[in-house]
Amino acid sequence: MSRPVKPYGDTMNDGKVQLSFALPLDWSEAADEAARQLVAKMGFTDVQVVEGRPIARGFSTFVVYASTPQTIDVDAVKAPSVKTHAMSMEEIDAYVREHLGRKIRIAGACIGTDAHTVGIDAILNMKGFKGNYGLERYQMFETFNLGSQVAAEDFVRFAKEHAVDALLASQVVTQKGSDIKNFTALVELLEAEGLRDRVVLICGGPRVTNLMASELGYDAGFGRGTVPSEVAAFVATSLAGMNARGR
Amino acid sequence: MELRIDRTLVERCRALAAAITAPVSDFIAAHSTVAVERSALRLLGVDGVGTNEVPVPNLIIDSLTPEHRAHGVALSFGRALAETGLDPLALGEAIAAGTLTLSQFAQTPDEAARGALRPFVEAALARVRAHRAEREQRLAELPQLPPPLLYVIVASGNIYEDRTAAVAAAEAGAQIIAVIRSTGQSLLDFVPYGPTTEGFGGTYATQENFRIMRSALDEVSERLGRYVMLTNYASGLCMPEIATMAAIERLDMLLNDSMYGILFRDINMKRTFVDQHFSRMLNAYSGIIINTGEDNYLTTADAVEQAPAVLASQFINEEFAHSAGMPDRQIGLGDAYEINPDLEDGFLYQVAQAQLARQIFPNAPLKYMPPTKHMTGDIFKGHLIDAMFNLTSVMTHQTIHLCGMLTEAIHTPFLADRALALENARYVMNTARHFGDEIVAKPNGVIERRAQAVLADCSALLERVADLGLMHAIEAAVFADVSRAPDGGRGFDGVFARADDYWNPFESALRQQGDAYVPAR
Repeated sequence: MSRPVKPYGDTMNDGKVQLSFALPLDWSEAADEAARQLVAKMGFTDVQVVEGRPIARGFSTFVVYASTPQTIDVDAVKAPSVKTHAMSMEEIDAYVREHLGRKIRIAGACIGTDAHTVGIDAILNMKGFKGNYGLERYQMFETFNLGSQVAAEDFVRFAKEHAVDALLASQVVTQKGSDIKNFTALVELLEAEGLRDRVVLICGGPRVTNLMASELGYDAGFGRGTVPSEVAAFVATSLAGMNARGR
Repeated sequence: MELRIDRTLVERCRALAAAITAPVSDFIAAHSTVAVERSALRLLGVDGVGTNEVPVPNLIIDSLTPEHRAHGVALSFGRALAETGLDPLALGEAIAAGTLTLSQFAQTPDEAARGALRPFVEAALARVRAHRAEREQRLAELPQLPPPLLYVIVASGNIYEDRTAAVAAAEAGAQIIAVIRSTGQSLLDFVPYGPTTEGFGGTYATQENFRIMRSALDEVSERLGRYVMLTNYASGLCMPEIATMAAIERLDMLLNDSMYGILFRDINMKRTFVDQHFSRMLNAYSGIIINTGEDNYLTTADAVEQAPAVLASQFINEEFAHSAGMPDRQIGLGDAYEINPDLEDGFLYQVAQAQLARQIFPNAPLKYMPPTKHMTGDIFKGHLIDAMFNLTSVMTHQTIHLCGMLTEAIHTPFLADRALALENARYVMNTARHFGDEIVAKPNGVIERRAQAVLADCSALLERVADLGLMHAIEAAVFADVSRAPDGGRGFDGVFARADDYWNPFESALRQQGDAYVPAR
């Protein structure tokens, strides 16, 4: 069965979309027309440049409304969620006691040159995020927050020396694909060290999606708005699964 | 609007800040760092890089034994100048190339060594004074628009792209351009060299990059008929060297906080305090306005809870700046609009905090930072939160206004994002220009009571810090819930005790001339 949808303005299937962008052009009526034709070339129809004006010498900005002829079949869309195991901190601690019978050792770091610890701190620090306590507060997690600008080599060495069960790599800065490079370097290093299959490997950051994470070879990826218990539940259930399979 | 606050409590806070910083100042007076010594060399004219792109000032300082560096690099460098007849640049290159070492020069008496340095010291100071005078002249000829001065960042990683963005932002109304540094530069114990086109989340601060941006901004300033200021970061392990380069290339502002690097970058506190002091002496002399980093307390913890810590840090930053010879008009104390937008009356608390700072530090060019922590992918709501921030800023007479970007949570700003942010600020500040002067806060209302409570809690916090001592208070995680040990963190190995005959010609000169030089208001 298919379920096609397209953007909704004020009428079903009108396909209405708003766009805004700058062009490296001084503003003129021709610049407005260039913007219109550009959007038409993108495949949109009924293109209206509702605003076009100069913002600096050699630059103009535009607001455009248009319709898209495209539809998407939502039933064919796959975006696996990792946030399926909704459990509270107490439930997670109890689950770990029952299924693992020991504390989970988890290490988190902002890898590469990234100095933005806001994500990793939200998940690991006692205080947590949005009223959801961080992993440091869990009785059944032993947490190591390595902070910012941790080289992949150092992260892997730490994981080895401390027999870490789960690694949490965070990237906030995404400029010029630095996040992908750093995430990839970490996976490759873990594989080279023969550690990859023995740990739960997670990445996180405001631009991370679970789909992207699985493509990079991670067990899960957590994006914006993630609360600590979602990460904790994933780690706990994954480790229990690995245990059952006898890793 | 004028809030009724307890002036005796304000005076108590200032007295506490003086008591807190005094023992640290004693420590500072007895120590130097590798970065301070490198700054002295840079001021003398040493520049360039040697093998593996290591800067010449690093090569020279790293070649000194601990016993040797305890005297300061200046005297032995002066001896080498006297005995070789080279100028500082050529001497530096020879040492970097390994053809000379400082330890081989021991013949020249101290007085002759000082004499050999004197013309270079005087030339350096004259150069800094000339830049300062040039800034004052340009500001007189090309007056800025009234404050809040609209400040935006550029951060492409490529200085040439940054230049395009900076010029476009100036044309769109920006009055201050800050070039954000590449992520991680604060942890480098050297300053990269030359123009750079690769960086992550920002562009490396190098002297050549400073020059490229200064020249572009001078050109656009003349075209627009108003002076556009340039800002960079005197923070991290090379704080005093950046201050040196900024003085030489006529930057107008520098981010420079007395505790930021300690708490948020795990840079050793002793290193930071010593570096900070020399940086500020130089900033005072070069007429550069510092921007302190109190916004960081709010981005990493709850903004309502942390309000007293912000004020306490402002008092401490003010006192450290005064003790380095900075006048109020160069002390851009920081604050930020970071209260959770879902909190009822959050706007009132923001107004209370901003107005409190304005009344306590009436002559300081306060630096107001935009919302970042609660910005999301919802750019429409973000633009609205920024408008409330803009309103708070204009109604409480903030001086330096970092424009919030609707795409704050998404990427380093696009060119059009900056234009939108500037338009937002110009609209709100124009339409509400004198709003703050027209309204009276309800006596004993939410705003006034909040301001009074923050001041009272700040005073209690400063009492605690004074009891513990600043270094131990930082260790006890009094600030930002972060604990740092006095001898821990990065860069501690670059701190050393001064020998009895330690000498840094710039420090002495800045201290004397700094007092004598009364800047024009």
